[in-house]
Amino acid sequence: MARCPDGPPRTTLVSMFVAWRDLRFAKGRFTLMGTVIVLITLLVGLLSGLTAGLARENVSAITGLPADRLAFAAPPSGQSVSFTNSTVTEDEWKRWAERPGVTEAEPLGIRTLNAAAGDRTAAVSAFGTEPGTGLAPESGRLGAGKAVLSESAAEELGVGVGDALRLGPLEATVAAVSGDASYSHTPVVWTSLDDWQKLGHSGTTPQEQATVIALTGSDGGGVDWAAGDEAAGTEARTIDDALTAIGSYQAENGSLQLMRGFLFAISALVIGAFFTVWTIQRSGDVAVLKALGASTPYLLKDALGQAVLMLTAGTLLGTALAVGIGALVSGGNVPFVLEPLTVLGPAAVIIVLGVLGAALSIRRITAVDPLTALGSAR
Amino acid sequence: MSLVLDAVTLTYPDGDGRLTALDSVSLTVPAGTLTAVVGPSGSGKSSLLAVAATLVTPDRGQVVVAGTDTGPLTPAARAELRREHIGIVFQQPNLLPSLSAAEQLQVMAHLSGRAPKSVRGRAMDLLDAVGLADQAHRRPHQLSGGQRQRVNIARALMNEPSVLLVDEPTSALDHERGAAVMDLLAGLTAERGTATVLVTHDMTHLARTDRTVTVQDGRVTEAVGA
Repeated sequence: MARCPDGPPRTTLVSMFVAWRDLRFAKGRFTLMGTVIVLITLLVGLLSGLTAGLARENVSAITGLPADRLAFAAPPSGQSVSFTNSTVTEDEWKRWAERPGVTEAEPLGIRTLNAAAGDRTAAVSAFGTEPGTGLAPESGRLGAGKAVLSESAAEELGVGVGDALRLGPLEATVAAVSGDASYSHTPVVWTSLDDWQKLGHSGTTPQEQATVIALTGSDGGGVDWAAGDEAAGTEARTIDDALTAIGSYQAENGSLQLMRGFLFAISALVIGAFFTVWTIQRSGDVAVLKALGASTPYLLKDALGQAVLMLTAGTLLGTALAVGIGALVSGGNVPFVLEPLTVLGPAAVIIVLGVLGAALSIRRITAVDPLTALGSAR
Repeated sequence: MSLVLDAVTLTYPDGDGRLTALDSVSLTVPAGTLTAVVGPSGSGKSSLLAVAATLVTPDRGQVVVAGTDTGPLTPAARAELRREHIGIVFQQPNLLPSLSAAEQLQVMAHLSGRAPKSVRGRAMDLLDAVGLADQAHRRPHQLSGGQRQRVNIARALMNEPSVLLVDEPTSALDHERGAAVMDLLAGLTAERGTATVLVTHDMTHLARTDRTVTVQDGRVTEAVGA
């Protein structure tokens, strides 16, 4: 057959013809579905920003530490490490400091307690570290009775540099206000390790104790962390792994991530269901097009292009709304993070999962028999 | 270019056995002629059309469309053959609801990889030929039954097919509109030189055909004017 070329040029197949006109013709249906996509994207976007915001309030003091690992007291068998239950001793951080490749092994005390300044009180997390070590911002200003407050702590207590405050039993002066670190949803107040050790319940904390050891290795690596743990009787974790040692973070973040996961799954299912129904409804049109000579790849690309277009438009609109609402609420007390990862990440996931759901639905086009176009009443 | 069916046998699964829809059917439709296929319901007319349209592969025999033996063709090659050489006028118009009358024709070009805009002129010429140039922008639901059927015919001619297969085009039309459609088909067949097969129940249209064959129990049992 002389007139049987290999097929239409690929560039033409990419463009939509029928699908584009279906979008304009069935405005109601596609608007309804587009609205669902917008709302799901909005919900996922807001939840992502909120999750990131809550996570930051929970762990920013830990993730901001200039350290490679945190060494916890080895937990009893069968239990995981936790900041709450960890107590390390001077002997342990000295052992770590002597390990080859370890350049810094600084004790870090963490305790949540009430702070007061004048008639204002606030729950804060006291982070105790040796002055000048660099773990704390403005750490050179730490010393006996001197505290460095995060901006949130200073704001909540209504204090500035030079003002007095009370941390549990300790009277201190604000030496500096710096950073916005928070831990377990409380703003951080940095003190010297000596002062921090006086904050223990009933003042009984032994002088030589802290919560964890902040470890920094040499640039070339080469630290045998396992051997160090064995020698010191500790359990060193990377900063990311150490976050799971904050009980509230694990529970809170796990719940929110689960909700996000369900929303992603729901969006894929809803989009898949819509395109399943849509494909079934237009199976007669597909049969006619096949009978007229449309190739299956042509029809699949046409339908998938339609899904991608609707998904992209709906997701972009939903993301824009999430950004707008996020910008409005993040200025207040709502912990909301507007970053490329929290904004574009969920949008990309929704598009990818939506296309996957649509593709699974649209594949039934391959099964449509063009023979049904003969004798069908449409 | 013509249509040739040579000793074509087609069977369908039927319970434990198989039902013979076409039994060694041979038929040649020369270019520029209109052949009517008549017969009672279930006689095999639609099966004959489906085989000629390459929508179903016969168990035995040869189907040659525009000089091409369709037997060895892959499904993709058959689709290609339908695009380039076969025009199908469905019993019901089967128009796509989202497309205007002109776009129903232009989509044929898009299926073949050509830009729809590039064939706008030809689409308008064909719509003019079927008396619908002033309805080009209307969608199917805005057209009457007769108008939809004429768009159906124009669409089948869009890619200048060698073979035109027409399935009871007047079944949904009144006598006057049916006669007009038949005049149109006969005129287009002669004018464009297509090998046209017309399946019909309506014996009043046979006067406009060049030849009539009767199908009964899957066999071509009678040929009039062959």
